[in-house]
Amino acid sequence: MNKAFFEILRPGINSTLQDEGRFNQYHIGLPFSGAMDKRNYLIGNHLVDNKSNTASLEFAYQGPLLKLKFGKVTAVITGDVKFQIIRGNSKIEEGICYKTFNLNDDDQIDIISTNKSVYGYLSVQKGFSGDYFWGSCSVHTKSEVGSNNGKKYSDKEKIFLNQSNNDFCSKKIDYFNSKIEFIRVLKGTNFDYFSDKSKEDFFSKQFTITKLTDRMGMRLKGPKIENKVDTNIKSEGLIKGVIQVPPDGDPIIMFSDHGTIGGYPKIGVVISADYDKLVQLTPGNTIKFKFIELNEAENLFKFYNLETKNTLNQIR
Amino acid sequence: MIKNISNLGDAALYCDFGNAVNKEINSNVIKYFKSLQKNKIPGITNITPSYNKLIISFDLENIKYEQLKSEILKIEISKLEAQEKKNVQIPVCTDEEFCLDTERLSKKLGLDTSKILESFFNKNYFCYMTGFIAGMPFLGDVDEKIRLKRLETPRVKVPKGSIGITEQFANIYTFESPGGWNIIGNTPIKIFDKLKQDNPLKINPGDTVKFYKITKSEYLNWNE
Repeated sequence: MNKAFFEILRPGINSTLQDEGRFNQYHIGLPFSGAMDKRNYLIGNHLVDNKSNTASLEFAYQGPLLKLKFGKVTAVITGDVKFQIIRGNSKIEEGICYKTFNLNDDDQIDIISTNKSVYGYLSVQKGFSGDYFWGSCSVHTKSEVGSNNGKKYSDKEKIFLNQSNNDFCSKKIDYFNSKIEFIRVLKGTNFDYFSDKSKEDFFSKQFTITKLTDRMGMRLKGPKIENKVDTNIKSEGLIKGVIQVPPDGDPIIMFSDHGTIGGYPKIGVVISADYDKLVQLTPGNTIKFKFIELNEAENLFKFYNLETKNTLNQIR
Repeated sequence: MIKNISNLGDAALYCDFGNAVNKEINSNVIKYFKSLQKNKIPGITNITPSYNKLIISFDLENIKYEQLKSEILKIEISKLEAQEKKNVQIPVCTDEEFCLDTERLSKKLGLDTSKILESFFNKNYFCYMTGFIAGMPFLGDVDEKIRLKRLETPRVKVPKGSIGITEQFANIYTFESPGGWNIIGNTPIKIFDKLKQDNPLKINPGDTVKFYKITKSEYLNWNE
């Protein structure tokens, strides 16, 4: 029997397989990678009865146009996404996020675009068949590691499914992607490298997200952050969420695919609870940073985690 | 050994071993790193050794900063792993097409290109850390005569295999990448091999590296 797959009729801008990411490989130069918006990724997997670490197709802005071949499957799209299902008989159905749909042989999913957000997820029952490196099939394009030879998908390629399904399932949830204006941060290890005025600006003025933003990081424009000690430090490890300030004074926030080592001073670190919402902000949006203490950040993460669990428990 | 531990965000520990960059401090960092790798503390998701810092990220769902900090402080220094060391030989072709910056270095330093390459090939290098891009080794120390800052405007694309120097350090671009180091040659060998998942790196922190010169035809016909 032929293995079921999606044929890519249009790849979209940045479509890759992602799971929970790759652990314990920073020291060889590999970052976590993995789904950028972890909550939406988890909701997708739970809606189609998958384990939490099942690979999903992540897309950004314009998504792919996919045709199912040699199988049938229950699928769902999570995020804030405009899409439609084009049936084999050419009938078009409007897509609804967070509600599973069933696909038969020759049906197509046209993921038109994300709405005022960046990332969306296509999850299928039993998952996609990925290539595993260090326990994860997440694509890291920079080091050519992960599924599809570590590359984003292109035209006419195939994405194989683990299993063609005979038992469709039907689940949904009401979920609203709220926007975030204040990004809460902890002081970075080089906070005192910056002038008093810049420290104040950093926590009071607006910053605009620029187009130089991708899975590796987010570049901001705003008041220049002035360094009064040294614009370079001896290179050291980075983590996602770190806000580095290069000599030009424009902050860069490290995202999931970041370089593992960096030599720019760190003014702050975004708290774990705000990461999912931060990555969904599109170029042109403005943000403000809010300074908080470590114990608050830990409590906010607890709350974020509880909220995720409650959401997953509400899936019916 | 560890001079100070602080938090880097809400899900990482920042262990500071001091500001100097030398083999002694770096060997201590690597000892801690190896010991942590072996004696797994639940909740740790990544450990990144560098010249004089060790960053430990953890899963906030399983452990918090204060808890992990006290665990790290409990590590007995006498029980730390001794470092395994390897000598690695790296072939380098310095044909004109690969020496993107040798001429520039020659002008700035007032030294013949042959002298620059001679002092580069004469030294044994120590690997302080790997990373930034997969497998990239940060090696030292480059002879004082040939130390120079990085390019003012970094290249958008440095070719894979390029050998770069900047200040006291040398490195190898394991993948095509943006970068600002002074490029003086290229190696045909694979430094990062994702198919060897147990040991993907040719050069690991603590190893010593010796570069040796090969001809263009040896480069082109290189067979690993």
